[in-house]
Amino acid sequence: MSESARKDTPEQAEFRTYCRDWLADNRPADPSVRLPLSPLEIMTQEQLGYLQAWQKSAYDAGLVGCDYPVEAGGGGRNDCQRVANEEMIRARTPFFPNVIGLGMAAPTVLYHAQESVKRDLLPRLLSGEDIWCQGFSEPGAGSDLANVQTFAERKGDKWVINGHKVWTSLAHFAEWMIILLRTDKSHKYDGLSYFVVPIRSALGKGVTVRPLIKITGETGFNEVLFEDLEVDDCYRLDELGKGWQVAMTTLLHERGAGELQTPRAGGLKSKSTHATNTSNLMDLARNTARDGKTAADDPVLRDRMMQMVIREEALKHNQRRARVPALLDHPMRLQLQNKLLSSENSQDIASLAVDIQGAASSLYLGDANAPSGGQWPMAYMNSYGMTIAAGTSEVQRNILGERVLGMPKSK
Amino acid sequence: MAQPNNFGFGEEAALLKESARKFFAENLPTDALHELVASDPNPERMTQSLWKRDAWQQMVDLGWTMLAVPESAGGIGMPVVAVAGLTEELGRAAFPCPLLPTLNATYVLAACGAQAEAPLAEIVEGLSATLAVTNAQGSWDTGSTDVRYTDGKLNGTACYVQDARKVDRLLVSAHSDAGISLYWVAADAPGVTIDPDAIVDLTRDQAHVSFVDVVATPVFDDGVAALDAAMPAIWTLAAADMVGAGEWQLQTSVEYVSARKQFDHALGFFQAVKHPLVNVMIKIDEAKSLVYNAACALDNEPDRARQYAHMAKASASDMAGFASGRSVQSHGGIGFTWECFVHLYFKRQKHSQVLWGDGAWHRALLAEALLGTAA
Ligand SMILES: Cc1cc2nc3c(=O)[nH]c(=O)nc-3n(C[C@H](O)[C@H](O)[C@H](O)COP(=O)(O)OP(=O)(O)OC[C@H]3O[C@@H](n4cnc5c(N)ncnc54)[C@H](O)[C@@H]3O)c2cc1C
Repeated sequence: MSESARKDTPEQAEFRTYCRDWLADNRPADPSVRLPLSPLEIMTQEQLGYLQAWQKSAYDAGLVGCDYPVEAGGGGRNDCQRVANEEMIRARTPFFPNVIGLGMAAPTVLYHAQESVKRDLLPRLLSGEDIWCQGFSEPGAGSDLANVQTFAERKGDKWVINGHKVWTSLAHFAEWMIILLRTDKSHKYDGLSYFVVPIRSALGKGVTVRPLIKITGETGFNEVLFEDLEVDDCYRLDELGKGWQVAMTTLLHERGAGELQTPRAGGLKSKSTHATNTSNLMDLARNTARDGKTAADDPVLRDRMMQMVIREEALKHNQRRARVPALLDHPMRLQLQNKLLSSENSQDIASLAVDIQGAASSLYLGDANAPSGGQWPMAYMNSYGMTIAAGTSEVQRNILGERVLGMPKSK
Repeated sequence: MAQPNNFGFGEEAALLKESARKFFAENLPTDALHELVASDPNPERMTQSLWKRDAWQQMVDLGWTMLAVPESAGGIGMPVVAVAGLTEELGRAAFPCPLLPTLNATYVLAACGAQAEAPLAEIVEGLSATLAVTNAQGSWDTGSTDVRYTDGKLNGTACYVQDARKVDRLLVSAHSDAGISLYWVAADAPGVTIDPDAIVDLTRDQAHVSFVDVVATPVFDDGVAALDAAMPAIWTLAAADMVGAGEWQLQTSVEYVSARKQFDHALGFFQAVKHPLVNVMIKIDEAKSLVYNAACALDNEPDRARQYAHMAKASASDMAGFASGRSVQSHGGIGFTWECFVHLYFKRQKHSQVLWGDGAWHRALLAEALLGTAA
């Protein structure tokens, strides 16, 4: 029995068996195309099509959105997404392409949108048929997110949007965007409102999406320009001026500290995919020659690998401990560390992998001799995306120092 | 066997932890601790054994010294995870007493099976004990001792014996005809000399203990097996103590930097002060999660416990060094004085950091387990 199966409720236990059986028969075959390391670097229609077909089949089988209400296209179950996730990860399925939709847009829409909008938009979000993106950042509003300037002006029961969003992941495939907008220029925080807006259907009609190229050479994020885009007032979430509070729902879920468990698959380990975990790291060390021995024999590298093994294990048990109130010093103390630790752990694992490879770490994807197809240097570069996006590591440390430890607010 | 999601940390464990926290805070708040153990700053002082015997007697009466004694031997047989909770509170209070040494000796005795019945019965009666198993080099290898058992008598010296002057009994490892075996002896038996070490830590004492023709009770032939079996619990408790002490260092430093103003701001406003303290918190939380995981494994998943305990001790040792450094640095000049309580914890942590193996030592052993012996 797995660690988690032990404490299943009867509903969870039955559902676990169901998931396991379904996955045994329906786990998709390996793709014919190279998959990126994460959904944020999906570049081609082929990659997207393969991943969308997988998300749709998992949704149809009831493994995605299990805990969402039935009216919103969910499964109406109680704390079962956790179970489905564990089983999908165990079965080493591919990841879901609609990450922003599942992780950020869905809980925000569920908690803050009108009933009709939920019913209209959530089913196709959960199935992955509609890809979603997040329009928060702007050229002048990064870490200082509340400085958003893209403006929505009221015109009857419509809003007219003008402005410039940037770093918008998946916008090039997206049907919908969650967006933080300014509706009042005289108040920094209370002048913000939160909307969902169409992207794909408005291309050329008020919306322009321009790809940006990442440090790795991949695409995946974009600039999005709005010129007099009109949207209906029904797409406003919560009250006017409450955009900042709604954005907190998004950010909490984005950082893994929200109430709803995000549907998560992944763990696919084919020749072309290398998760940044220490078991892959140790395999790499065993298979890398160094001074007539292997990298796994080098005492300095051994020590560094064990440091990462220990940090990886600790994070796992942080998540476990977060649910044991008697062992918590502050209710949010562990949840708020999650994003910071997982991104920094991945970065340090990838960095160590590059060091283990030595001279061969200079070889990139196009080189036939590159070990692991050049994935480790790519993973190392991509790891900075995660320590920058969703609140940089520095911003996370501010939040922890202020909200958890109660130290005075830094500017 | 699998681990329960909540580490097996149930209501009883939570109650024990909470009442321990209260007990230590009431019996020895930090200012009283300072008064008790830090009256003599002379760097060349000889370490004295300064502790509150009456409080210790209450701890014995509460049954805390027999928590780890198996029920079959008349004890309480609490899960390790509950004992770790108590130990975390002990560390938070930096409470001077022979609880940890007694628990450590208990875990070794419990690994000896039926042959340890008599010594365990003495622990149940309320006697305290410590391990005398370390050689002059301070090796943490369970197979190294400078004591020898011949013709029914112990001869030689055990070093780095923890709280030797506070305990009633010694559990000694010695070379014997059977290899390395374990012996039980009264701390005041004829031929036993306890020579105190002058140590940095003010909240403990430590000694080298010499044996000259000491008559001792044989407990167990295969001493290395018993010590090896108990070490994961010993490492885990040492780590739990550091986690509690680390939390005191964190909270004390956060309070100070939130109150003290420079450049028109409370110091915690400055990220060069704030972020390192956040990093201390992160390191404490990692160590704490690993402590409860290791403790839970000892209760539920014994074949993984050794690896998990290496992780807990390595993580806590590194954290203890880091948290100690930051606690002094973030207090500025006052943190560098004898008068500021920060030094009590700094010194206890530096002691715990190396006791039963430092971070690098545990990682080397973990690497053996995960990667095999290096070529
Ligand atoms: C891969 C990737 C995907 C992204 N996807 C999206 C997306 O889909 N939607 C979206 O809206 N945004 C997205 N972003 C944008 C991301 O949220 C921002 O990049 C991030 O919030 C940082 O803002 P910035 O880039 O303007 O950096 P800045 O805010 O200019 O920061 C630059 C540096 O200064 C530091 N800094 C800033 N303020 C402080 C402070 N107060 N204290 C200490 N240090 C500080 C930062 O930590 C950083 O190191 C993505 C970013 C990346 C890298």
